[in-house]
Amino acid sequence: MKEINELNMPDDARYADDHEWARLEGDKVRVGLDDYAQDQLGDIVFVELPQEGDSFKKGEVFATVESVKAVCECYLPVGGKIIAVNTALEEAPELLNKSPYGDGWMAELDPAELSEMDTLMTNVKCLEKLKGAE
Amino acid sequence: MRYLPHTSEEIASMLEAVGVDDLDSLFSTVPEECRFSADLDLPESLTEWDLNAHMQALANKMAVSPEYKVFMGAGSYEHFVPASVSYLLGRSEFVTSYTPYQPEMSQGTLQAIYEYQTLTARLLGMEIATASHYDGATALAESLLIAIRVTKRKRVAVSSLIHPLYRRVVHTYFEPTGYEVVELGYLENGVTDLTDLDNVEDLAGVAVQSPNFFGCIENFQAVGEKAHDRQALFVASFTEALSYGLLKSPGSQGADIACGEGQSMGIPQTFGGPALGMLASRKKYMRSLPGRLVGQTKDLDGKRGFVLTLATREQHIRREKATSNICTNNSLCALAAAMYMASVGGTGIRELARLNHDKAEYLKKELKSAGLAITFDSPTFNEFVVEFPTGFQTTHERLLEKKIVAGLPLAPYYPELANHYLLCVTETRSKEDMDAFVREVTS
Amino acid sequence: MKEFLGTNGLILNEPLLWEKGKKGRSGFSLPRRDVESSPLGQGLTCEGPDLPDLSEIDVVRHYTRLSQWNFGVDTGMYPLGSCTMKYSPKTNEKQANLPGFAGAHPLLPAALSQGVLRMMFELQQYLAEITGMDATTLQPAAGAHGELAGMLLMYAFHKSRGERRSKIIVPDTAHGTNPASAALCGYSPVPVKSNDQGILSVETIAEVMDENTAGIMVTNPNTLGLYEENIHKIAEIVHAKGGIVYCDGANMNAVMGVTRMGEIGVDIIHLNLHKTFSTPHGGGGPGSGPVCVKKELEPFLPVPCVMEENGIYGLSEDFPESVGRMQAFHGNVGVMIKAYSYIRSMGPKNLKKASQLAVLNANYIKERLKGTLHLAYDRPCMHECVFSDENQTAHKIATIDMAKRLMDYGFHPPTVYFPLVVHGSIMIEPTETESKEDIDQFIEAFKAIANEAGRDPDLLRDAPQRCKVRRLDETTAARKPCLAG
Repeated sequence: MKEINELNMPDDARYADDHEWARLEGDKVRVGLDDYAQDQLGDIVFVELPQEGDSFKKGEVFATVESVKAVCECYLPVGGKIIAVNTALEEAPELLNKSPYGDGWMAELDPAELSEMDTLMTNVKCLEKLKGAE
Repeated sequence: MRYLPHTSEEIASMLEAVGVDDLDSLFSTVPEECRFSADLDLPESLTEWDLNAHMQALANKMAVSPEYKVFMGAGSYEHFVPASVSYLLGRSEFVTSYTPYQPEMSQGTLQAIYEYQTLTARLLGMEIATASHYDGATALAESLLIAIRVTKRKRVAVSSLIHPLYRRVVHTYFEPTGYEVVELGYLENGVTDLTDLDNVEDLAGVAVQSPNFFGCIENFQAVGEKAHDRQALFVASFTEALSYGLLKSPGSQGADIACGEGQSMGIPQTFGGPALGMLASRKKYMRSLPGRLVGQTKDLDGKRGFVLTLATREQHIRREKATSNICTNNSLCALAAAMYMASVGGTGIRELARLNHDKAEYLKKELKSAGLAITFDSPTFNEFVVEFPTGFQTTHERLLEKKIVAGLPLAPYYPELANHYLLCVTETRSKEDMDAFVREVTS
Repeated sequence: MKEFLGTNGLILNEPLLWEKGKKGRSGFSLPRRDVESSPLGQGLTCEGPDLPDLSEIDVVRHYTRLSQWNFGVDTGMYPLGSCTMKYSPKTNEKQANLPGFAGAHPLLPAALSQGVLRMMFELQQYLAEITGMDATTLQPAAGAHGELAGMLLMYAFHKSRGERRSKIIVPDTAHGTNPASAALCGYSPVPVKSNDQGILSVETIAEVMDENTAGIMVTNPNTLGLYEENIHKIAEIVHAKGGIVYCDGANMNAVMGVTRMGEIGVDIIHLNLHKTFSTPHGGGGPGSGPVCVKKELEPFLPVPCVMEENGIYGLSEDFPESVGRMQAFHGNVGVMIKAYSYIRSMGPKNLKKASQLAVLNANYIKERLKGTLHLAYDRPCMHECVFSDENQTAHKIATIDMAKRLMDYGFHPPTVYFPLVVHGSIMIEPTETESKEDIDQFIEAFKAIANEAGRDPDLLRDAPQRCKVRRLDETTAARKPCLAG
């Protein structure tokens, strides 16, 4: 497993306590699992994604990610309506390990309250929190 | 005692290593108020000689073939088991191993169960099968719960010609869940009446058994179409797996899940258990399946090997959100079934199933000629319902003394069917047995 | 020093069943056809399933070779924690195979099945005596099925009092089956933590137990191999709020004749005949999970129950408040016969002795290995002890590596990564049927492996080397499942 200084936490995304990330792209928000979460889970073997058109509040379970011996529920970092899901993960769940912020993104949504982005952590704060928990 | 290897010297030296004075002192963490100070009130130990005599005396009080001619099936069937199957099944590497959690040391069990899954899927015409369930009844209950999970609906329709005891088990499983079971009636020709299906709202699944409890072959195709019209799952249930050696498989007729009893496949009847719950489905439901699954993979050198897989569905990982609570299943019974299917083979199973059908038809014909009514005119496999004259109960009891069990009385399960009996004939009943049976029941 | 058990032997390759055989072969003696062929309606039949055709020797060699890739209790020590892999006596197998039992139809009239009914009736009584309870059902097919029966009993009990409770207390040391069984009855598990001694404290339970909680599912001895010392007081708290105490009896092998659950506040307990009562596990089953209860829960027991009147035995369904049937017929009778034979062979004194020796063996291992492996809770244990890989992490060696290396030494690994409360746990349950010399070899093997972890850690990471296959790719198996050939 990675040491904290080995983690890739890009500064263009915001981070939730449970290690989902959210990134503003125009007026849409893209979400996924961060490097820490994918590293902790290990080889990801299956991703269950929401349906396009589903709506969730911030903090609701919108997806589950499975490794060989663990299941992780993913909580939506920002509430809204799902407008796209990354169907590539159905055939290639390993994208979540290889490229958590790129090809391994999970869903795109129309945010209900864009201000919810401000409740999330910056990469610096998130890394600090991880160090504090060590 | 021969199962306890410790000598008193060894006990003494081990106690010393542990740092306690005697065996009782090992239990220092058991509080005084929790101690049981008396002796257990159980019979004193038997020598192996005495045990043999005692058990033989008990076994002698049982009515079994070949001394008794049992014309009864109803979910438990007398079939011939080759000596090779019983012999192989006794290999202690299979018998005394645990669930194959360490695949490198359990490839025997794992490959054998993978083969069982494959042969079962082929027999039932499905894409995949689980590693086994307790019996046909619990496999049905779990299958209906799959339908509820997959469709996110709350009601299932179950044919009244599914084995009555299976339906009781379904009710047990469903009672605390809030899900509802609707029963479908039956028609004059002994098959399920599907017309009421149209009135069932929020329908998750439709379960029909074939051959059904009256032995009649159901029109699975029609059930499947009706279920799929309602976007519900078609759950095909069975008690006599051997019938699919001859009959069209559930999968080829639109079943989404096929579940039932595999006892006919080389498993002794043993008063009803252990038996074998078979459960097969389309591949798209694999993540909703209960219980264990074995999958093929490779080892570090690229050699073929097998592992338990998709374990995240199961209780030890997903805990209260698991697809089922099942842990220990009936693995050794699945192994017996695989050995049996491998021994009988594709050619053999068709001939064997044909023979079961033909023998039952012979008895049916002879009873008809003797003036008895065959209640339902739908085609049957190796069981059928016959109506005996009023007062046959006395004859039935008299025949027990002559070591003939003349079928299962249906009245306790279907009160409208007084004097009706469910008869079964397998390959183990000879023409002479059947001729004698006809003579006895008509005399 | 003595040689270790593990060695290289000749293991034969063997293809899958359908990769061998030839159409037209047969391994089955079809009975003589003495009736005419009778036509079956058009459209009902098929071509026959696609099963391979094999001769008898094809089948015999196939399964003989497969069996040699397996490891069982008869092969060697199998110290799988929580699973009680004790020796399965051979006479028990013989008794269960007696034609009078093996050939019995489950719906035979009672008059024609007195032998098996008497066996079941007596077994019900023996199990009630061992647990200190009032009544037993033999219906459940396995431990988890017994848990489900227990939850259904709890549900029915509260329902009969006009109550619908929604929660149940489940400690963090519970088997995964516990919350899953509770969920099947619509209960939401309330997790509670064990204290720094590894057991439940009275205060923790008092905090969460309320009138909307159906009861508690407690494993005693728990999955850390520790006796729940506060069980009596915990039961009082649960009872005071109208709750039921359910005990997961998977670990009964530690306490036969030492403590009786019925006398310490437990209302329902399930037993695993395939653990405590020596019936073999069959590579995953069949087991048998009888449930014993106190008087006030008896009316709700699953049906049928075996009853006796004037020396005549019968199956009774006359329990109007029963939770119903758990399986089609009467439970896993074949397994019951083996457990019955075991209890009759052992008698009361040897059953108690078995528990004492199981606890002695576990404590002996705990004492002798505690310098080598990190001991999670340094207290007297019951029938199993729980270590972790903490001492080996410096060498970047994890529990899994030591477990795999044990195979090369000729032992089945212990239970690993369970219980979850100990990180990297190694749970060792030797059982009473292992002799001191076998246990000493096991201890020596573990010490040798710990030594290798520092000296040549790759030996562990590359283990096992002496099995049929090396470590398997479980990731690909789960990503691209191939479940049938």
